[in-house]
Amino acid sequence: MAELLQFAFSGLTVGAVYALVALGFTLIYNASDVINFAQGEFVMLGGLVTVFLLAAGLPLPVAALLAVVASTLVGLALYRFAIEPARGANAVTLIMITIGASIFLRGAAQVIFDKRYHSLPPLFGDTPIRFGGAAILPQSLVVLAGALVIVVLLWAFVDRTLFGKAVLATAANKLAARLVGIDTRLTVGFSFAISAAIGAIAGILVTPITLTSYNIGTLLALKGFAAAMLGGIGSAVGAVLGGLLLGLLEALSAGYLSSEFKDAVAFIVILAVLFVRPQGLLGRARVERV
Amino acid sequence: MLRIENLHSGYGRIEALHDVSLDVSAGEVVALLGANGAGKTTLLRAISGVQPVTSGQIRFEDRRIERMPAHRRVLLGIAQVPEGRQLFAPLSVEDNLKLGAWTRRASDLTADIAGIFAMFPILSEMRHTAAGALSGGQQQMLAIGRALMSKPKLVLLDEPSMGLAPILVDQIFNIVAQLKRSGQTILLVEQNARAALAIADRGYVIETGRITVGGDAATLLADPRVQSGYLGV
Ligand SMILES: Nc1ncnc2c1ncn2[C@@H]1O[C@H](COP(=O)(O)OP(=O)(O)OP(=O)(O)O)[C@@H](O)[C@H]1O
Ligand SMILES: [Mg+2]
Repeated sequence: MAELLQFAFSGLTVGAVYALVALGFTLIYNASDVINFAQGEFVMLGGLVTVFLLAAGLPLPVAALLAVVASTLVGLALYRFAIEPARGANAVTLIMITIGASIFLRGAAQVIFDKRYHSLPPLFGDTPIRFGGAAILPQSLVVLAGALVIVVLLWAFVDRTLFGKAVLATAANKLAARLVGIDTRLTVGFSFAISAAIGAIAGILVTPITLTSYNIGTLLALKGFAAAMLGGIGSAVGAVLGGLLLGLLEALSAGYLSSEFKDAVAFIVILAVLFVRPQGLLGRARVERV
Repeated sequence: MLRIENLHSGYGRIEALHDVSLDVSAGEVVALLGANGAGKTTLLRAISGVQPVTSGQIRFEDRRIERMPAHRRVLLGIAQVPEGRQLFAPLSVEDNLKLGAWTRRASDLTADIAGIFAMFPILSEMRHTAAGALSGGQQQMLAIGRALMSKPKLVLLDEPSMGLAPILVDQIFNIVAQLKRSGQTILLVEQNARAALAIADRGYVIETGRITVGGDAATLLADPRVQSGYLGV
């Protein structure tokens, strides 16, 4: 029982990160129909930029804030200079563009930073909290709380502000959005920015536990994609649920089977979803928009 | 108010509008008649700026707008009720209306929304329902309401009666007539030529991307080409 609890906690912690990556996927996908495989690079940038600014002598909160700002700018640049000029291109071309952007960002990070693994100091130390026989790192709770705060803020933003509704409206029907006078470059660009910021925050929160390096983005993007598919591509609630579930599945299979299986779980999930329920847990069968 | 001169537009290399010229004056209701695929929707899309124009001019209140982005045209006062309604399906009726007023940046829309509900009482009962869950007639009312929320100078209506039961068609035409009485300028695209010309001051006929006939509504009703082609006489 204590073992199960232990696995569940580590699964939920990693799952929270997958959930945030999947949420980023969903935001960009809904706004622009783009599957952004550079989503993991935002997580990498968040962690690495914070690490290096901290090493340069800035206080942690300032370093973290600047890292989020930097990633957000990268997200905006991705939209403005890579996605927006290619509007009207087919889905495969757009995916190639985001993969290209991901390779570019990884290369740039390797040159600007380095190829080593880095950590950040945990917010509340690293003395594990004992709970039901399991040991929980305080930083795990920080990750979970951070993910919760992000989800609630995002929900409040789209539900309570007119700009948030304009973002939803753009996702629901871009033609109609333009016809009511919404500048859709603004709302879509905003979705890229928010998505990048969420990824960066996830990266900063989880680095004390999982460490970070220039190349963590690729696998994270795949995991986030698997999570989004599991939850149902396009569904924000599904993304969060899919992320947590994928994290749990990984931790349980690593614990009870072998840790070698851990990374295979995401691929098995992708295949299983494709075969059994292509629309995911909460997604609706995709209706072609005419 | 709106003056279109020698407009050309198309999809890729296929031209859908050839040398179209047309005017709408303030306070007028102008009908645009034409068969399926004649280019009516393409023309309205070009006026709203969601369709590229290859050559020609669109003037709105003496300002050239053919290269202006769509959202700025709404700001100038052009609203469209598009073909197929194009509502924000997952959003509520009320949110659809609020987004209709997006360009106005008004802080309080309560009175405007009440105005739309007075025009379409059924929408008031459905204010919290997702637009996608409304019936066809209710969706059309909401699409009209959403366009009116921007307080437009010119409303482009693309086949508002399409796919509706006869009783709803009458209701929609009553609303158009009511808007006309209130002084609203309207460019009305319709397949239902008789009903459209009954309300309109003037009309044009478009055939395979060209304007072929234009004139007063009464003249068009009496024109043999219009009678045989669009009135089933
Ligand atoms: N998205 C598109 N891509 C390519 N061709 C198009 C597209 N939309 C319309 N067309 C073509 O442009 C021409 C004009 O179409 P348009 O939709 O403007 O006609 P319409 O008069 O509105 O017809 P309807 O009464 O059926 O709505 C048609 O030949 C049509 O096939
Ligand atoms: Mg049409």
